[in-house]
Amino acid sequence: MTRRPGKGRRKIALKDRLTPVLISLASVVVVFGSIAWFVGSAPQWPRIQLQFFSIEAMVEAAPGVARGFLVSLQIWLVSLVCIGIWALILAIFRAMSGPWFAPLRVFAIVYVDLFRGLPALLLVLLLGFGIPALNLPGLPREGLFWGGVALILSYSAYATEVYRSGIEAVHEGQSMAAKSLGLTQWQTLRYAILPQALRNVVPAMLNLVVALQKDVALLSVLGVRDAVREAQIYTARTFNYSSLVVAAILFLLATIPLARLTDHLQRKDRQRRLQGAL
Amino acid sequence: MHRVEIEKLTKFYGERQVLDQIDLSVSDHEVVCLIGASGSGKSTLLRCINGLTEFDEGSIRIDGVDIYDESFGRTGLYKKVGIVFQAYNLFPTMSVLGNITLAPIKVHGRPRAEAEAAAMKLLDLFGLGQYAKSYPEQLSGGQQQRVAIVRSLATEPEVLLLDEVTAALDPELIGEVLKIIHDLKQTGMTMVIVTHEMAFARDVADRVCFLDGGRIIEQGAPRELFSKPENPRTQKFLQRIIESGRLAALV
Repeated sequence: MTRRPGKGRRKIALKDRLTPVLISLASVVVVFGSIAWFVGSAPQWPRIQLQFFSIEAMVEAAPGVARGFLVSLQIWLVSLVCIGIWALILAIFRAMSGPWFAPLRVFAIVYVDLFRGLPALLLVLLLGFGIPALNLPGLPREGLFWGGVALILSYSAYATEVYRSGIEAVHEGQSMAAKSLGLTQWQTLRYAILPQALRNVVPAMLNLVVALQKDVALLSVLGVRDAVREAQIYTARTFNYSSLVVAAILFLLATIPLARLTDHLQRKDRQRRLQGAL
Repeated sequence: MHRVEIEKLTKFYGERQVLDQIDLSVSDHEVVCLIGASGSGKSTLLRCINGLTEFDEGSIRIDGVDIYDESFGRTGLYKKVGIVFQAYNLFPTMSVLGNITLAPIKVHGRPRAEAEAAAMKLLDLFGLGQYAKSYPEQLSGGQQQRVAIVRSLATEPEVLLLDEVTAALDPELIGEVLKIIHDLKQTGMTMVIVTHEMAFARDVADRVCFLDGGRIIEQGAPRELFSKPENPRTQKFLQRIIESGRLAALV
């Protein structure tokens, strides 16, 4: 590749590389700069700024909202682990063939149809308010717990479908080879199919991870003191909405890197597949 | 003694009949090549022998025992009959060594150390020892197919089925795979081979069977079948191959 990197040629290459970057930068600055100028010069802007972007209010609300955000993160992480495991179990149920496994398959199909068809908010309300109201002995009564369960039920339905698509994407020659070696159906899944399926589904799964991070905010309707709830409490006291903007910024700080990571993994995955096809 | 006895084997895919009353016996140490156009039923016949594909009528016996006999247990048949596929079908998430030792350890319960030692011995025998820790996608097609052959040998089968094992390979990689099969013949391995490599079939086979429309139309020693085919359809098939320049050396 680097035979004779002639000086003149390299200069041109550098210029060729820089020009598009400069054009992009300039156009971005012009477009967003004019939007900012337009918004900032509007007569209503000072009121909007006070209402949503008051630095003073933000600083005041930040500790509470940050504390709430930690609660959000904890709910998010615990739910993630539960969803990852439970959905994998359901996907395995779904993948088992043979008449003896019919009840498991049917269970998985009905489960996915049911919980994918219901709004997550409805499930959160139903479980979060409904079950504690039953006063059943021995069951937890916190909205936090049942709200988390609702999220897990809902998201594991989506995650099951992601796993399933990953399992079905594995070439049938793999299970044929496994069978010809004498592996049982379970061993075939465990050693041949699932390791490939899991590798296939990482990018799609990360999309769900990002979506769940935001939907944890649904639990605020139950009175769980997450970031959104803490921000609302501040708003109710001061009639200033800057606290919600603080919460928004915290969510973005968490989700944007995850989205970039997803993009990166997707790109790597595509390259890997293309190489495999050669 | 007959290793494999196939009697009146018949199979339909829906309405279409792919195998029509096939009779075929393979003796111990015999190498039988199945040739014929695509869709003639060669691969289906091969996959019936180790139970990968079910058939509608007829019977298959290995060493005199029906392949669906209970005495085989769940894994007995797979231990006796190994198969190698056109697309290698190695497990990409496992190393070469992992691929080869999977069945000996998980299916046949051999201790890991023993299975790995045996696998290394086989790999060295076929000049693949240095790739033991590599992953399939790091190897060339020819190397992958040789690993796949070693994997099928790791359970010490008595019959080896080879399903167009060179069809997916670049021409310059075919030779190394064919050499292994020649070596296996020297060790006395009983083999049933589906192939499009006529020159190879002529060299390695004790007997060549020409399939057409789900039947064995003609069979015989490779010299006779390739130089003096009797059935007009065999003549036509071989004529086409000679015209395409792939069988010049035969005549």
